[in-house]
Amino acid sequence: MAEPPAWTCHPRGTTIDIAALLLPVLVFAPLAGSIAAICLPSRQGTEAAWLSGLVAFLCLGISVYLYLHVSHRGVIAWQVAWIPQYGLNLKLRMDGFSWMFSGLISAIGLLVVVYARYYMSSSDPVPRFFSLFLAFMSAMLGLVLSGNLILMAIFWEMTSIVSFLLIGYWYQNGQARDGARMALTVTATGGLCLLVGLMLIGHIVGSYDLDAVLSSGDAIRNHPLYLLALILILAGALTKSAQFPFHFWLPHAMAAPTPVSAYLHSATLVKAGIFLLTRFWPVMAGTDAWFWLVGLAGLTTLLLGAYFAIFQHDLKGLLAYSTISHLGLITVLLSLGSPVAAVAAIFHTLNHATFKASLFMAAGIIDHETGTRDMRRLSGLFRYMPHTATLAMVASASMAGVPLLNGFLSKEMFFAEAIETHKVNLLDTVTPYVATLASLFSVTYSIRFIHSVFFGPPPRDLPKVPHEPVRWMRVPVEFLVLACLIVGIVPSLTIGPLLHTAVEAVLKDDTPSYSLAMWHGWNLPLFMSIAALIGGVILYALMKSYLANSVEGPPYIRRLEGQRIFERVLVALSWRWARLVEAKAGTRRLQPQLRILAAASLFAAAIPLLHRGFQPADIVLRGIDPAFAFVWLIGMACAVGAAWQAKFHRLAALVLLGGAGLITCITFVWLSAPDLAVTQLLVEIVTTVLILLGLRWLPKRIEGATKPEEMTFGVRLRRLRDLLVAVACGLGLSLISYTVMTRQMPGTISSYFLERAYFEGGGTNVVNVTLVDFRGFDTFGEIAVLCIVALTVFALLLRFRPASDSLEKPMQQQVQNDFDDRHPDRSKGDSISDYLFVPTVIMRWMFPAIGMLSAYLFFRGHDLPGGGFAAGIAMSIGFILQYMAGGTRWVEERLRIHPLRWMSIGLLVSTATGLGSWALGYPFLTSTSRYLHLPLVGDVPLASAILFDLGVFSLVLGATVLILIALAHQSVRAPRAHIRAPRPSGTEAS
Amino acid sequence: MELVLSAGIGVLAASGIWLLFRPRTYQVIIGLSLLSYAVNLFIFGMGRLRVDAPPIIEKGGAGGLLTHADPLPQALVLTAIVIGFAMTALFLVVLLASRGFSGNDHVDGRE
Repeated sequence: MAEPPAWTCHPRGTTIDIAALLLPVLVFAPLAGSIAAICLPSRQGTEAAWLSGLVAFLCLGISVYLYLHVSHRGVIAWQVAWIPQYGLNLKLRMDGFSWMFSGLISAIGLLVVVYARYYMSSSDPVPRFFSLFLAFMSAMLGLVLSGNLILMAIFWEMTSIVSFLLIGYWYQNGQARDGARMALTVTATGGLCLLVGLMLIGHIVGSYDLDAVLSSGDAIRNHPLYLLALILILAGALTKSAQFPFHFWLPHAMAAPTPVSAYLHSATLVKAGIFLLTRFWPVMAGTDAWFWLVGLAGLTTLLLGAYFAIFQHDLKGLLAYSTISHLGLITVLLSLGSPVAAVAAIFHTLNHATFKASLFMAAGIIDHETGTRDMRRLSGLFRYMPHTATLAMVASASMAGVPLLNGFLSKEMFFAEAIETHKVNLLDTVTPYVATLASLFSVTYSIRFIHSVFFGPPPRDLPKVPHEPVRWMRVPVEFLVLACLIVGIVPSLTIGPLLHTAVEAVLKDDTPSYSLAMWHGWNLPLFMSIAALIGGVILYALMKSYLANSVEGPPYIRRLEGQRIFERVLVALSWRWARLVEAKAGTRRLQPQLRILAAASLFAAAIPLLHRGFQPADIVLRGIDPAFAFVWLIGMACAVGAAWQAKFHRLAALVLLGGAGLITCITFVWLSAPDLAVTQLLVEIVTTVLILLGLRWLPKRIEGATKPEEMTFGVRLRRLRDLLVAVACGLGLSLISYTVMTRQMPGTISSYFLERAYFEGGGTNVVNVTLVDFRGFDTFGEIAVLCIVALTVFALLLRFRPASDSLEKPMQQQVQNDFDDRHPDRSKGDSISDYLFVPTVIMRWMFPAIGMLSAYLFFRGHDLPGGGFAAGIAMSIGFILQYMAGGTRWVEERLRIHPLRWMSIGLLVSTATGLGSWALGYPFLTSTSRYLHLPLVGDVPLASAILFDLGVFSLVLGATVLILIALAHQSVRAPRAHIRAPRPSGTEAS
Repeated sequence: MELVLSAGIGVLAASGIWLLFRPRTYQVIIGLSLLSYAVNLFIFGMGRLRVDAPPIIEKGGAGGLLTHADPLPQALVLTAIVIGFAMTALFLVVLLASRGFSGNDHVDGRE
């Protein structure tokens, strides 16, 4: 079993574990570098390259240093609690296997940075490239080091997203965009499945901690949810590692810059799926389901990838399919469920990364120096770039599995495992044949890669004259090729210990004895290799002339392309079906939507009530206060009248609406809710003024122009239906409210507020204390909403242009103006000011009185009905009266503080009050209270909540005034729009 | 009391909902206002109806549901009244903008 992990975050001893502290540095240093790189100006590519190089070097250094600890202690871990309630901790954990990956990521990362420095053209935005590159490095390191399943899924997603951005780096290129989108769609869908799968695993194990998961293999394999979890996790792993049937995105990802292909799409990103499979190998492998699912996918991929690779003309396309095939090989190894096969899988992961990254870089050099990657145009490059050619030859020999190279070693191990019998079934029987055949194909495409590019006659009409690249572009390739050679010749001296550390971390006690030697004597795997080599050479010789002239893609099944199917599915899903559903089931008209909404709510309320046996209360007529009943008789008449008149008699409807509001207000007074009554009354006034201001812009009813609406059968039917729905809703609401109101009150939290309002809130008006103290945060949110609405209204009205038929002055004004015009001693607007003379004086003098009332309401608010809302609205009524009396311009010349300022001050004061309690060490919006004795005024309840209420007051005042003024302003602004209309017009008073 | 109020709520809601289905924007705004009265009263009623028992307690004392009306629905409704006002204002302005934009006052912007 695993050693108990070293919890270094909470050290018992006195020493600080530097190794554990280096883990977050390893993950977050590239992220910091990424942010720094994106801040560089787009010309400073060299600086960005240096930055990335240093970061990659740092990561490599840390990895190398950590090897000592990992090989010694087994696991090092670092964690901080993130959301411990959900079992989500920021836990980074390194064992031998994740060490191997982090070493691979940082080492190849460093080499690719060096390569990319010379590959990227100075006309590209190079800092963006390096920024994304580092972000990817961070995500990938995070993925392999995460010690928590959810964290792992997060980093997994992050690799998908950054990969998308890197493939689409040259976004001006359509292929790059398509490739990026396809990669993201496929891998992100897989990622979503993976997340669910990991959560299932977490559910089975009871913890998201990786160590806990890795030690409960039996529980996972025997759980009924195992198969579902397996399928979901495989969906994630197979999409990421481009396994059949999800392999098609990888060739299209080759639209990325070549350093990206070398790093992401051969060495690291596509290995993430392999990483995941290997990580969970000890706890999930060995079952029949695993064997079949993983094995079938792997074997198909291995063969198809190798076969398709032969027929690619694009160098990178060939390498992409070869990558797919090699990933398939690793998947097959993992599917077998035998420890030795797992060793081979881990080993091949390393080997493939080295030779494939170097081949991609070589392909990039060829592309860079000749201007094309088409193998039909390239030939005889050996004489121009012998050095690069030699390197590419060694690397592709490794890819083909030629002895003395690292590719050969893991391939031999693969063959040895393929001929072993693991399970008695068809898949196991065909594996050795498929393996040999795929290996044969890989020899063919490796030879093709070398032969068609470097040998043959000198190339003609290439875009550029080929030559060797700059020295430093070749250095990374040299490093990797050297690694291939050394590992291939003396494996046990070089890679042996490292591999063993990695293998032990995965297999623990099951670690088998294996031999990394190059020579195992004349055995069956060797004969299979020889057969594959000879067969591959013969196949290439036969196909050479066909390949030189053929169309790209394998014969016969060329049209059966993953991309085509993918595009078709996408088009069908997101376009055809979506439009079909929208056309059949959707509507853009408001009325049906509202109808459906109301009917659905009706059913949603009715079904559970009927289902659970709803017993409406008995209707008791006794005890009805006749006065109250009379009041409500008026109220109902008002409501029905408003509904009746709203179409043609808007003013009447508005008056009736006000009547209904007034009855509501009386009800609040009657039923012990003085605060509500005050607020309702004031809001009623403001709303009425608001709608009155709006009425002017609505179209007039043109008498006689339209006949009274034809009462056809259809119209009647529709109205009847609407009436039925409306009455049913009303009836239901009545029934429910009556039933609830006549029942005994269950225990609620209300008594809490009543009991503590004074002692904890320092006020006797419980409603107000609740609003500004207990539920202060809600109120804070609410005034923010009010603020947003006011600003939206303001912004909308700034762009408002009235309809042309509303531009004319209202008839009354025209009559008045005509009258004024006819009399030489009168000027325009005199009639109206004469007419409103007395009201104007009264309204002006009302201002201080209303101000006083508002202050009164405000100060008593904490103890008696009133408060910030009521005071704010009351004060705004005072302002509105001034507008009505003096006209917009008159007031604005005198108004010292703009409503917007009132609003912002209000919001700031409320926020500051809330933050103030933070400063004193209490939660947001905690209040304290005492009474302050003011001369003349008397005792004023002075809670800190009153400051908050002051903010509410100021904001409500500002917002209300802003809304009303913005509307009133339209009349002043309208003439400006009128200038464009044919009829000229003068200014307007209000 | 309860019977009258619940009948009132029902009529307010029915009138409001009927107006919501009408094609003219002005009808809809009146309907929304009526409906919000109904809903506010409904929420208020959930705290049960009490006469002469406002939730205003003695200084230095504690209240209880036996002697005072339920303050919680009242606090909720107070918030709802203000938000309802904001909604009416916003809807009115959208209505006007749509009217200026489309030239008519149909809810869908076209007859």
